Amino acid sequence: MTSPAYPVTNEKQNQSIWKFIFSELKPRGKWLTPFNVISIPIILAGLVLMVIRFTHGLGAVSNVTQEVPWGLWKGFNVVTGVAFAGGAYVLTFIVYILKVEKYHSIIRVTVLNGFLAYLFYAGALVLDLGKPWNIFNPLIGNSFGASSVLFLVAWHFVLYIFAQLIEFSPAIAEWLGTRRAHKILSGLTLGAVIFGITLSTLHQSGLGALFLMAKEKIHPLWYSEFIPLLFLISSVFAGLSMVILEGSISQKVFSNQLTDKNRQERKNIVHSLSKICAFGMFAYFFMHILVFVHGQHYDLLTTPMGYWYLLEMIGFVLVPMILYFYSYRNTNILLTKIAAVITILGIILNRLNVSIIAFRWDAATHYVPSWMEIVVSISIILIQIWIFRWVINRMPVLGNSPSWAKHN
Amino acid sequence: MSINRRKFFKAIGVTGMTVIGFTSSASPGSKDEDTEFHGVLYDSSICIGCQACEKACAKAHDLPVPEDELQAGVLRKTSEVQRCVVNSYETSQGEVYVRNQCMHCNEPACASACLTQAMYKTKEGPVIWREDKCMGCRYCMISCPFDVPKFDYNSINPKIQKCDMCYDRIVQGEKPVCVETCGDALFFGTRRELIAEARKRIAEWPEMYVDKIYGEAVAGGTGYLYLAPVPHTELGFNKQLQNSSYPSLTKSFLYSVPSVFVLVPTLLLGIHEATKSKQNKNENHD
Ligand code: SF4
Ligand code: SF4
Repeated sequence: MTSPAYPVTNEKQNQSIWKFIFSELKPRGKWLTPFNVISIPIILAGLVLMVIRFTHGLGAVSNVTQEVPWGLWKGFNVVTGVAFAGGAYVLTFIVYILKVEKYHSIIRVTVLNGFLAYLFYAGALVLDLGKPWNIFNPLIGNSFGASSVLFLVAWHFVLYIFAQLIEFSPAIAEWLGTRRAHKILSGLTLGAVIFGITLSTLHQSGLGALFLMAKEKIHPLWYSEFIPLLFLISSVFAGLSMVILEGSISQKVFSNQLTDKNRQERKNIVHSLSKICAFGMFAYFFMHILVFVHGQHYDLLTTPMGYWYLLEMIGFVLVPMILYFYSYRNTNILLTKIAAVITILGIILNRLNVSIIAFRWDAATHYVPSWMEIVVSISIILIQIWIFRWVINRMPVLGNSPSWAKHN
Repeated sequence: MSINRRKFFKAIGVTGMTVIGFTSSASPGSKDEDTEFHGVLYDSSICIGCQACEKACAKAHDLPVPEDELQAGVLRKTSEVQRCVVNSYETSQGEVYVRNQCMHCNEPACASACLTQAMYKTKEGPVIWREDKCMGCRYCMISCPFDVPKFDYNSINPKIQKCDMCYDRIVQGEKPVCVETCGDALFFGTRRELIAEARKRIAEWPEMYVDKIYGEAVAGGTGYLYLAPVPHTELGFNKQLQNSSYPSLTKSFLYSVPSVFVLVPTLLLGIHEATKSKQNKNENHD
């Protein structure tokens, strides 16, 4: 099929696209912003440490031990980060499957966030692998460890990155101004969404299932056979809380891209998201109580780990849940944002507890991340924010699509 | 509650697998094979703690020969340069020695965890590590209930270090180096022979042994079996470990995957169609 709207030859078109991309690669706007001043040195330090990690071995940078072989990069950047990227599958479900149109305006930015997040978690993973050059073994070739939970998680990870890329691709097409590609790519969205949601439910729970075999290694207050389910439920409100927080930040930073109508819309969105979060957290809290009663570890509550557990459950699940309910009833956007922040901290706490803090809590030598690990962890996130900003400033993500793309 | 859930998952898992024809996620090592797995019987009542096996092991595998001596109360551990250790415990029967190394589980958690099959349960019995497949993710270390695999953090081409029961020698019909070096405390054979031998020793010298073979049941049965004059809990073994196999803990999750792949997309598509027609109707009425 030929497109009569485009009489230009392909070659010519390609040339201009490359020129266009080249010009878009250049930075825009002011350089000396506070964010840049803080983030650039950290990123540079992180890059140096990454080089050291590959030239001198993991031990030169990281404090992981034989007892606690997964440290901050896996526990924080991968296990925790994926939970926060959950917003993408929840929102695509609401918008494309349930057709609740009012969330449409934030779908792109959420998918973009999810896509970048996954890309960078994959990066953190490579950094943590002892033999990264063998990373393709489970994907191609003869080394399928099909009985491994990690095998499934790895596959779902890779496939989901592609699904998200397809979901986001119409924005790229609009940016490049390629109408035909836009039409084709938009047509793929629903398939990608359905595939993506399926993959997400599986790997969100799969990340929890990774720890199922570590039955005696994880403190009994955190280990249960329901870890996969708990991880899945919490990814719903973890992701949405991140959407709320990220939204309120980008609303300030990228305010030039938003119209007044957008702004009002966003308030409504945050308001109704707080309700979903509240109910999600209620289900999660209730599950935790069931698991706790089922496990019969009442005596452990009065140990130091028990206090730590109570802090997580009450301070970082129950309290933000109540805040969410309350802020929804009173339409208090500020309170919703506070609840989102506490929830996010709680999820970080929970994932770190399962993967690091309560993991071999009884070991003789405890794992405490080195400052170098922390710098690398942070710089991975900062690089991600840089790229996010670059995309937002160029592609129609926050603002409206060009008019020609409206009816696709 | 847990049983019901597991049964439920299994049921839908099986349906899902027949639908897709996906059967490869079964656990490594099928039932008829594991009776013929080879293993080693270690007899604490005979071991004199001479460390000859440690030294022979180090030499055979190009590792530094351990110099530190045994001392009751000091726990020596296997490491990225040491595949087996002998430790001394002060027990109710006086000083008793215990050797620790990979247990060569019948259904190894490490092998089921490994996403590249680098950790692999051979049909001869030893659980081996294959360097060319490993990507160094260390999930095997997370999963092994005995904390056996050790990782070389200070290398840019790290290895996982663990006992492989001298697999290369076994395929050539030889015994593992440690068994060859040791007098009577280590005994090599098929798992069936080992259990028969252990039972015989317990029956012949009941005053020398507690009536239990450690490894017969723990973690679903292991290739290394232990006899001892005192209960195993006095010898540093983790009493928390379960008797069923560790890979079975992830089975219900793995089995549910194929069915999720069938059910969830169908469900989503169904909802999508339903909301679509509802929307159209609304539009028509408007
Ligand atoms: S003891 Fe650990 S490393 Fe050895 S076979 Fe069993 S699970 Fe694998
Ligand atoms: S570290 Fe190597 S052997 Fe262990 S699970 Fe990962 S790929 Fe397998």
